[in-house]
Amino acid sequence: MMMEKVLVAKNINKYFMEPARFQVLKDISFDVNKGEFLSIVGKSGCGKSTLLYLLSTMDTDYEGKIEMKGTLLTGKTQNELAAFRNKNLGFVFQFHYLLPEFTALQNVMLPGLRLGEYSAKEVEERAYEKLSLLDMQDFALKKSSKLSGGQQQRVAIARALINDPAIIMGDEPTGNLDNTNSGIVFDIFKDLAASMGQTIIAVTHDADFAKRSDRIIEMSDGKIVSGV
Amino acid sequence: MWFNRINLQIARTHLFAKKKQTAIASLGVTFGIAMFVLMISVMTGVNKLLEETQLTSTPHVRIYRDIGHERPSLLSAFNPGERNWNLVHHQKPKDEPLNLRNGLLIARSLEANPNVLGVSPQVSSQVFFNYGPAQLSGMLVGVDMEKEDRLYSVRSKVKSGSLEALMASNDGILMGKGLADKMQVKAGDKVTVTTPKGEVVLLRVIGTFQMGIGAIDNLRCYTSLQTVQKILQENTRYITDIHVKLNDLSLATPLAKEWQDRFAYRAEDWETANATILVSFTIRNIMTGVVVMTLLVVAGFGIYNIMNMTVYDKMKDIAILKATGFQGKDIVGIFISQSAFIGLIGALLGLIIGYVLSWLVSQAPFDGGEFLSIDKFPVNMDPKFYVFGLVFGILTTLLAGYFPSRKASKIDPVAILRG
Repeated sequence: MMMEKVLVAKNINKYFMEPARFQVLKDISFDVNKGEFLSIVGKSGCGKSTLLYLLSTMDTDYEGKIEMKGTLLTGKTQNELAAFRNKNLGFVFQFHYLLPEFTALQNVMLPGLRLGEYSAKEVEERAYEKLSLLDMQDFALKKSSKLSGGQQQRVAIARALINDPAIIMGDEPTGNLDNTNSGIVFDIFKDLAASMGQTIIAVTHDADFAKRSDRIIEMSDGKIVSGV
Repeated sequence: MWFNRINLQIARTHLFAKKKQTAIASLGVTFGIAMFVLMISVMTGVNKLLEETQLTSTPHVRIYRDIGHERPSLLSAFNPGERNWNLVHHQKPKDEPLNLRNGLLIARSLEANPNVLGVSPQVSSQVFFNYGPAQLSGMLVGVDMEKEDRLYSVRSKVKSGSLEALMASNDGILMGKGLADKMQVKAGDKVTVTTPKGEVVLLRVIGTFQMGIGAIDNLRCYTSLQTVQKILQENTRYITDIHVKLNDLSLATPLAKEWQDRFAYRAEDWETANATILVSFTIRNIMTGVVVMTLLVVAGFGIYNIMNMTVYDKMKDIAILKATGFQGKDIVGIFISQSAFIGLIGALLGLIIGYVLSWLVSQAPFDGGEFLSIDKFPVNMDPKFYVFGLVFGILTTLLAGYFPSRKASKIDPVAILRG
């Protein structure tokens, strides 16, 4: 059966200029299929987070080509990329990065309101739905700066899901969670991939988490050593 | 698209989540604008007072006979031509009267002009006041006091005696205070006056006045037209000067030119007569401009700094917003609306504080001394300063919010998230 390719990376090279010219990513090429749950693993400094940021379209300084959902993203303007991210990409950062002045609910709602496909009322309902998925509905009206690390991480995941993106990317998405919550998050990801056809790409140190995903790409010194 | 509902909601949340920071940013604008309003009100207030003091005692147009007006010698009129050499050394006018023929008629026709506020025909004569062995020079000015008062509000300048007493007397004079002090005379004293023709007359000092200008207060004495005409042994139609005040100061130059052509007498506008004073006005106005500019530049940079900090403080939030799909123009919109709020609140508060401070200064007792008839500090509360302050405050804040937020909207979010 021919799988639909949702992400294609071709010959990616990336250099850091500071403090000295250094090649972080060396000629990386791989595809990701629709509905796939992919883990990227490797030692610290192997370039896996850098790769994820390139895939996320938030870092545009690289050589090579990145294509998502059949659209070539390399060379697009900042605004086009922002619009693409808004609709098609969900993000979970390593340090949960919520807007501290806003409530958990508002944080989840903002990308939805920005997309503007649903009315504010519907976005709110959907945001509650996503928060309940992560068992965070009781904290919806709390300021995000008042939440614990683990709670913030779960709100960030809910935010990543709000626009039903085709691809969800996570930089250590379970980094701040205990085993129970890690399990919950993993199950949610697994379910999204299986039933909704959403693609998950997660950078992780968590060996259990990686082992249970569909596919593992292992990186070392800026190269993919296995899993292509 | 810049100011859609989400962006405004984010801006509002930012503003109200950190009330203290918002207040401090607004206060930065407030102080700049308040200082601007206070400074420009006080400086232009002083300038205006000085200008008014100088100009109120000056006629807008003065018509007089200019003796020594250049005219060709009779010889060259009789024997013209390029090939003839006519030598006439030191040509002098002879027996030329100093008065304006039909002076009173000219004055009456000027009064009918709608641009004219008032006309005062006068007879002025150089005289000597005998003060023991010394002779002090002075200017005896015969006027119709009612008309002169309309032009220069002499009544408010009277320091002792009264205008009515002057009008009722036929040998009374109202003496400039500087001159009176020099001669140590008071109302009721008599002074001996020597006229240019050598006559000696006795006049009574009815009172003293003070215009606030040394050149007038140390020289001039007012009396009635008839008194001077009598002293000069001239008839009652004898007029040497016509002083005119206009409704609109700026018409002086063209009208003076027109009248000079029409009446064939010298008509001098106030700008020509007061060229040196005008230069000092110009210099003072330039100084005011420089001070105000400096103040605005300093205030503007203060506002820019604060807004810059406000935006950079939110760098991480900007990166998150961009990561979740907000575009550059959204970011700019969010911070522009915050700037607009801070600018509006800050500038309005600044205007209020500026007004209160200006008002306080205008109530401060200020002794104008012998020369200025004021007891409070002069402050010019022109509404146009307030409009300017408001526009400047808001505009500067908007620009100060726009530039850093535009810069922030252009960088890759990862550059910020990585730290």
